Amino acid sequence: MTDYPDRNGFFGGSDGYGGRYVAETLMPLIGEIEAAYDDARQDPDFNAELAALQCDYVGRATPLYLAERLSAHAGGARIYLKREDLNHTGAHKINNALGQALLARRMGRTRLIAETGAGMHGVAVATVAARLGMTCTIYMGAKDIQRQQPNVQRMRLLGARIVAVENGTATLKDAMNEALRAWVASVDDTFYVIGTVAGPAPYPRMVRDFQSVIGREARAQIVEKTGRLPHSLIACVGGGSNAMGLFHAFLDDPVALIGVEAGGEGIESGRHAASLNGGSPGVLHGNRTYLLQNADGQIQDAHSISAGLDYPGIGPEHAWLHDSGRARYVSVTDSEALAAVALCCRLEGILPALESAHALAEATRVAAELPPEASVVVCLSGRGDKDMATIIEHLPAQEATP
Amino acid sequence: MSPQDLTPPSRLAARFATCQAEQRAALVTYVMAGDPDRASSQALLAELPAAGADIIELGMPFSDPMADGEAIQRAGQRALGDGQTLAGTLDMVREFRRQDTATPLVLMGYLNPIQCYGETRFLGDAAAAGVDGLIVVDLPPEHGAAFTARARDLGLARIPLVAPTTPAERLPALLAQGDGFVYRIAYNGITGRAGSAPRGDLGTALAQLREHTPLPLAVGFGIRDGDAAAAVAAVADAVVVGSALVERLETQGQAAALALVRELAERTHR
Repeated sequence: MTDYPDRNGFFGGSDGYGGRYVAETLMPLIGEIEAAYDDARQDPDFNAELAALQCDYVGRATPLYLAERLSAHAGGARIYLKREDLNHTGAHKINNALGQALLARRMGRTRLIAETGAGMHGVAVATVAARLGMTCTIYMGAKDIQRQQPNVQRMRLLGARIVAVENGTATLKDAMNEALRAWVASVDDTFYVIGTVAGPAPYPRMVRDFQSVIGREARAQIVEKTGRLPHSLIACVGGGSNAMGLFHAFLDDPVALIGVEAGGEGIESGRHAASLNGGSPGVLHGNRTYLLQNADGQIQDAHSISAGLDYPGIGPEHAWLHDSGRARYVSVTDSEALAAVALCCRLEGILPALESAHALAEATRVAAELPPEASVVVCLSGRGDKDMATIIEHLPAQEATP
Repeated sequence: MSPQDLTPPSRLAARFATCQAEQRAALVTYVMAGDPDRASSQALLAELPAAGADIIELGMPFSDPMADGEAIQRAGQRALGDGQTLAGTLDMVREFRRQDTATPLVLMGYLNPIQCYGETRFLGDAAAAGVDGLIVVDLPPEHGAAFTARARDLGLARIPLVAPTTPAERLPALLAQGDGFVYRIAYNGITGRAGSAPRGDLGTALAQLREHTPLPLAVGFGIRDGDAAAAVAAVADAVVVGSALVERLETQGQAAALALVRELAERTHR
């Protein structure tokens, strides 16, 4: 299962998901990126520089931490947290930003652009742009700018220009539209650093590869700590980069893979961001995948309390893992995620991002059904400092005392 | 003359032949189907040929038009807000054909609504409605072979987009799936970029393109006024005007939009 995608960028054959559905202006450019990436990934110097920066700059390897009190609370399997929140910039996003920025520099590009939802990818790109001496523009939905102010200030401090996107729903999908438009107009010097495992080929594969360090480390760590593979892996899924990064090294193992979509106010409410549980296949942002759309093929608004999951699509590899049954996708609501934030704070002294809290909420349910000798690995994809305003606004009403 | 007398894509070929005989470039006008509402959009469509539009490009609204600038984005939002659907757009073509069986009409849009409608069903319904050609912005030849083959069987031209970034090596594959005319994007960017005009080397670029294809060459993106249209008309077989027209309609209404078409038509005469 690790051989995908095929050379046209499809997961699961040409009737599957992925591909490269973009305007002609971008086609040659994206082909150039693919060739440069395939060359770079086989270059020992490129990989050595990436590994050195991952170690000394990002702080890898991240710990695999046994959450004892959270496990006891769930009352079943041991819950291990893959601490991507301890990375430099506070989330897994920098794994990919660093890889793509090094590729951009190798291709002679001097300017990075990116879309961001929660701001974590934007911060990661602004950070590596500063580190590599490149200019940087971040496209962010106006609505997300409102709810993620700390990250906006941080990006500005890092020297990035922020473009507020007012069109459409003024969230992540619109930021991505706008970044694609800006890219078309500046193809000569600019590299578009897509933040998730979506977009035209080769992005889903390239982002997965840069994120797969999460799963490679976790696999070695869990085997070392427990002497065997975990029962399940659990990760939140918006576009799905932290989940794909965790899952990839385990695809051929007898390990359950569980992706957690943002259920918003509940799938039945229609206000959610669960493309697999509440959407259907279509084409958006350069790839064929599951989308939230109406009967006429118009993309519908996603809703999630977490800006990072507020996207009406999902990476094509997840769409394929879903259809093939290799991975299972569930959803967790806004209020369940908020409760998980409080629970993790009180029991473990760790403030998780609202995105990651979706995975934690599901993990306690999964662990409760398993015996104590089993283990589950949760990707704690980011820290929650950025979400403080949202958490404070919503928590009192949630009665989330453990 | 019934629609059957001029079956697609001969309607396109006939129109280009006429323009060539008159020694002028064709004027291609883009409007968004259902903008700002179905009835007025239908009325505008009917008026375009008399105002000087040689070929009509009718936009199929999409919520996430990634190759379009703000003017066309807003037009799409207005149309969708008024309830425009792909079925409704095909109805508009059918209605248009009751009055006009000579003016070629090309649909332009994005793949997702077409796939949602069903590719085969869409192509069949489009051909039956009197559509002559299709421009699907995000369906590159790499993924479009089956779609193109089906379209061809129905006599629908698949109009290829060629960008300034398109390398010569790519042209054979692109043009092999092309019929009707070639749409040469004037600059690297999205539709309607303010203040931008085609680069000075457009004539050279078109001459190079002509070595690869016998199809007429249309140029669009960023052509906002009579001067720009005249400059392009001097070197191209057709001039495409979209955002400027859509913007005129938005800010000044239908009469002003038609006045712009008349002005552009005058200036595309060589």
